[in-house]
Amino acid sequence: MISALVNPLRFMAFSRWAAPALGALAAALIVVGIALGAAAPPDYQQGETVRIMFVHVPAAWTAMFAYAALGSASFVFLVFRVALADAAARAAAPLGAGFTLMALITGSLWGRPMWGAWWVWDARLTSVLVLFLLFVGYLALRAAIEEEQRAARAGAILALVGLVNLPVIKFSVDWWNTLHQGESIFRAGGPTIAAVYLWPLFVMGAGFLAAFGALWLVRIRAEVWRRRAAGLALQAAADA
Amino acid sequence: MSAAGTLLARELRLVFARGGGPLLALGFFACVAAVLPLAVGPAPGKLALVAQGAAWTALALSMLLGLDRLFEPDLDDGALDLLALGPLPLAFVGAIKCLAQWLVNGAPLALAAPIVEVALGGPPRAAPMMLAAGALGSLAFAFVGGTGAALVVAARRGGLLIAVIVIPLIVPPVIFGGVAIDAYASGQPWAPALALLGAYALAAVALSPLAMGAACRNALG
Repeated sequence: MISALVNPLRFMAFSRWAAPALGALAAALIVVGIALGAAAPPDYQQGETVRIMFVHVPAAWTAMFAYAALGSASFVFLVFRVALADAAARAAAPLGAGFTLMALITGSLWGRPMWGAWWVWDARLTSVLVLFLLFVGYLALRAAIEEEQRAARAGAILALVGLVNLPVIKFSVDWWNTLHQGESIFRAGGPTIAAVYLWPLFVMGAGFLAAFGALWLVRIRAEVWRRRAAGLALQAAADA
Repeated sequence: MSAAGTLLARELRLVFARGGGPLLALGFFACVAAVLPLAVGPAPGKLALVAQGAAWTALALSMLLGLDRLFEPDLDDGALDLLALGPLPLAFVGAIKCLAQWLVNGAPLALAAPIVEVALGGPPRAAPMMLAAGALGSLAFAFVGGTGAALVVAARRGGLLIAVIVIPLIVPPVIFGGVAIDAYASGQPWAPALALLGAYALAAVALSPLAMGAACRNALG
């Protein structure tokens, strides 16, 4: 299916209905997720603040997914020279930065009542912060290079370097954190989480991913149109 | 003399000619170290707590200093075009440039790191590890930094942009080195951290030339 979408015309035809469909799916999932999250009982330790998790964790998942999308689109662009893949990479980066920022801000809002601090140098917080900086670096590099083809290729190389580095960054930050402070303060949720919280979390996670997909498609469409407009403007200038 | 040897000699001469060799990075390193007590306060106990970390961070930042001169002058005067036509692949050219960067900036900074650490009031017994981590870490910083420099060269005058791109990427070596120094100073097992730092540096030496070569071709293309 992916290889069929390499053709911009086919992609535009596909995304024309796929983007709104994904958007509707995202809206439905998020509404259900919010309802489930609101119905969940307050946590015996975290109280009402546990509900922040239903936004925070899906945002963090989506942010990581966005970097994976950015990296794989960049790979396809560099190796197979698919112009649409560059549009996809370019479209994914600001969305990824946004979801990363959302994860950081909601995490901070949760940390204030729970840890008594807006920010602590916890392993996850730190690695999400580095992820945000990677997105910012990518956006800055693309913005700084005027010529589009060059910006696209430099951005793709940087995204791949970041993709290779990301697991190492994650590992190093986790390792650093366990050396410096015990895990007792930051209880890992994971499997100890009750089903009543797990369901809204998964529904919201699916909703956020669908929302990312919808916004991504819309942004790729906009990028394709922008390029067409730029091409037409060039042609008009040449004709005049 | 082989092509690689000639290129290395040229790069070494250029680093000296363009920026005064190691003096610029060393001067920056010393300035950061001198400003730190002004910001933190002169109390020895307080300074000693951050001395190792501050010296290590300052070393990492000092390694970023010459990066904007790594590829850009060669692109401006056409030398990069000639190098691209020459017998060495561009990836190898990039690696030689980073090696020169390490020899001229990294090694002196590694030698200066223990002095800075002790001057800030850190424990003298951490000094050997400052040297070892400085030498290995600056190798990683030089090669990852070179990748950033090669990417930014397509954006004319990208100076500070290199730092924005490179700093998130050098998080792992900064952590490994910082932990190694801390563990060594406090008598804990330091070998794993130093081994990880070495592994990262070697991986950077092996892999980042590929990205540098692609980035240079892109800038020339």
